[in-house]
Amino acid sequence: MFSVTLSLLPAGIINGLMFGAIYALAALGLTLIYGVLHIINFAHGAMLMLALYSAYFLFKILNIDPYVAILIVTPASYIFGYTIYRWGIGKLSGGRDQNILLITLGLSIILENSALFFFTGDQQTITLPYSYESFDLGFLYLSYPKLISFIASLIICVLLWMLMTLTDLGKAIRAVAKERDGARLVGIDVEHVFAVTFGIGVACLGAAGCMLLPIFYVDPYTGNIFVIIAFTIVVLGGMGSIVGALLGGFIIGVTESVGGLLLGESLGQIGISLIFILILIFKPTGIFGSKV
Amino acid sequence: MKLRLQISFLIALSLLAALLAPFGISSKFQLDVLTLIFFTAYLGQSWNILGGYAGQFSFGGVMFFGTGAYTSSILLNTFGLPPIFGIFAAIFMGALLGLLVGYLSFRSGLRGSYFALITLAFAELLRVLANSVEFTGGGVGLFLTYAPGFYNLQFNSPTGFYYFSLILLVISLVIAMWLERSRFGAQLVAIRENEDAAEALGVDTLKCKIYAIMIMGGMGGAAGTFYAQKYLYIDPPISYSIALSVEMLLVTIVGGMGTVFGPLIGSFVLHAVNEIARHFISTPGLSLIVYGFILIVIISYLPNGLVGLFRKTRKSTEDKDA
Repeated sequence: MFSVTLSLLPAGIINGLMFGAIYALAALGLTLIYGVLHIINFAHGAMLMLALYSAYFLFKILNIDPYVAILIVTPASYIFGYTIYRWGIGKLSGGRDQNILLITLGLSIILENSALFFFTGDQQTITLPYSYESFDLGFLYLSYPKLISFIASLIICVLLWMLMTLTDLGKAIRAVAKERDGARLVGIDVEHVFAVTFGIGVACLGAAGCMLLPIFYVDPYTGNIFVIIAFTIVVLGGMGSIVGALLGGFIIGVTESVGGLLLGESLGQIGISLIFILILIFKPTGIFGSKV
Repeated sequence: MKLRLQISFLIALSLLAALLAPFGISSKFQLDVLTLIFFTAYLGQSWNILGGYAGQFSFGGVMFFGTGAYTSSILLNTFGLPPIFGIFAAIFMGALLGLLVGYLSFRSGLRGSYFALITLAFAELLRVLANSVEFTGGGVGLFLTYAPGFYNLQFNSPTGFYYFSLILLVISLVIAMWLERSRFGAQLVAIRENEDAAEALGVDTLKCKIYAIMIMGGMGGAAGTFYAQKYLYIDPPISYSIALSVEMLLVTIVGGMGTVFGPLIGSFVLHAVNEIARHFISTPGLSLIVYGFILIVIISYLPNGLVGLFRKTRKSTEDKDA
């Protein structure tokens, strides 16, 4: 019995890594928003759900492949995020952190129930022409959608890392994250940078939604499943760290997959909250504990 | 002084009205809504002690509620212990959980969002555990038998539960009033305003915060017993629901954090908004969309909660008097 489980272990790890990359993408948005704006975006899950639905309808109505839809949904998500922060959250909260929390909470209530109202509560899935084709690894058949999602997530993580470290915009974002008032003094438009960061965070969700759709399902509450996972990754990797988010995503993905294999479907989930608590108690700054 | 007398008079009058309400309200539904308002206000007050007075936000307040619900229900189902005693076991277990969580997280210096998140993680951990182990009934949940009676804290009419929730509410208000006057309460406020300064002035901040989370835990535990006996069924998603954690902080922040009547006022207003929205809009999703919008409006225009609105006008009238 145990040897059977052990022989499944490599497959479990690979599977975990595949999901881990997408988790990392969802966490990237959260870590960026937290790292720069120091706020907890409660609407994170709802925005991921919105991205999933966007990809779903692009596929159903216009027959656009979700992986191609990344090119549409990601910029659209950026515009949505920028707009909603600049003229919504930022204005309404008066810049008070605790109010931002509640406004994003109100926003998530509105988004979730709008989805319920317009799209009903039914779970939707899609089937791509190559959904059941797979890549033979010898000990495991890896489905193409999972493999593509994995590679695409990695590419986006690298692009984001380059944006943050190599461009002037990245420099401005990091400056605002470190020293809000100082950045304002040297002439950085802080409100604009906040909105840009929020937009980039939501754009990450847009991409994550497109990659998640072919291997998962969507309903008005799907996003919530990923929120706690994303928070765990953010804390594990260190708030604001991009490399940390990627590594944290892999760790959590593998933990979940291997935990489910060894402990069963129900108890297997315990690994995530356990890691979360242990890391908070013993190393609350995370693995890469820099502040962006 | 005159104002203070007026407020005391108002409180006495409200209490009298609350006591007599079941005689005036014939609709079972309306009495049930009132019960729910009091119950949420009670839970909000438990959150308020740690979040509002001591300034330590928690996203997992539901963990005490769930643990209390399981404690008294398991004691009843397995050992036949009547909930009238079980509720004290629930309070004890809630406080014990508070001690554990408080010690672990405050000891390692967690503050702000980090503390909020670790409470969320504990609630999730307990939900997964309750879902997986045998003695909680796993994912199937626990069913309680319907046997109305004072010892079972079950009542065959909504009136009984109404008074039960009223008692809980009054106890929570008394605790908050005590905090406003006591040295311990002042220490909590000092921690909220500036923890390092409080520490420097000799406040044992770790101990105070742990006491506060233990009070919160005990109160949450009792709420769990109330819920289990009212609805006669609990399962992991109900007992450790994130939605309830959120509701606790929502009513408090909307009403006014760190105030005696904030959670009650918030609970009244949010439930009223919800009921009215539901009354006029029959489509389920739509009424909550309206609720979400109203929530955002309240927060944008009343950053200190509804109590803040009252305080502001009071201050200006006092200025006029002077």
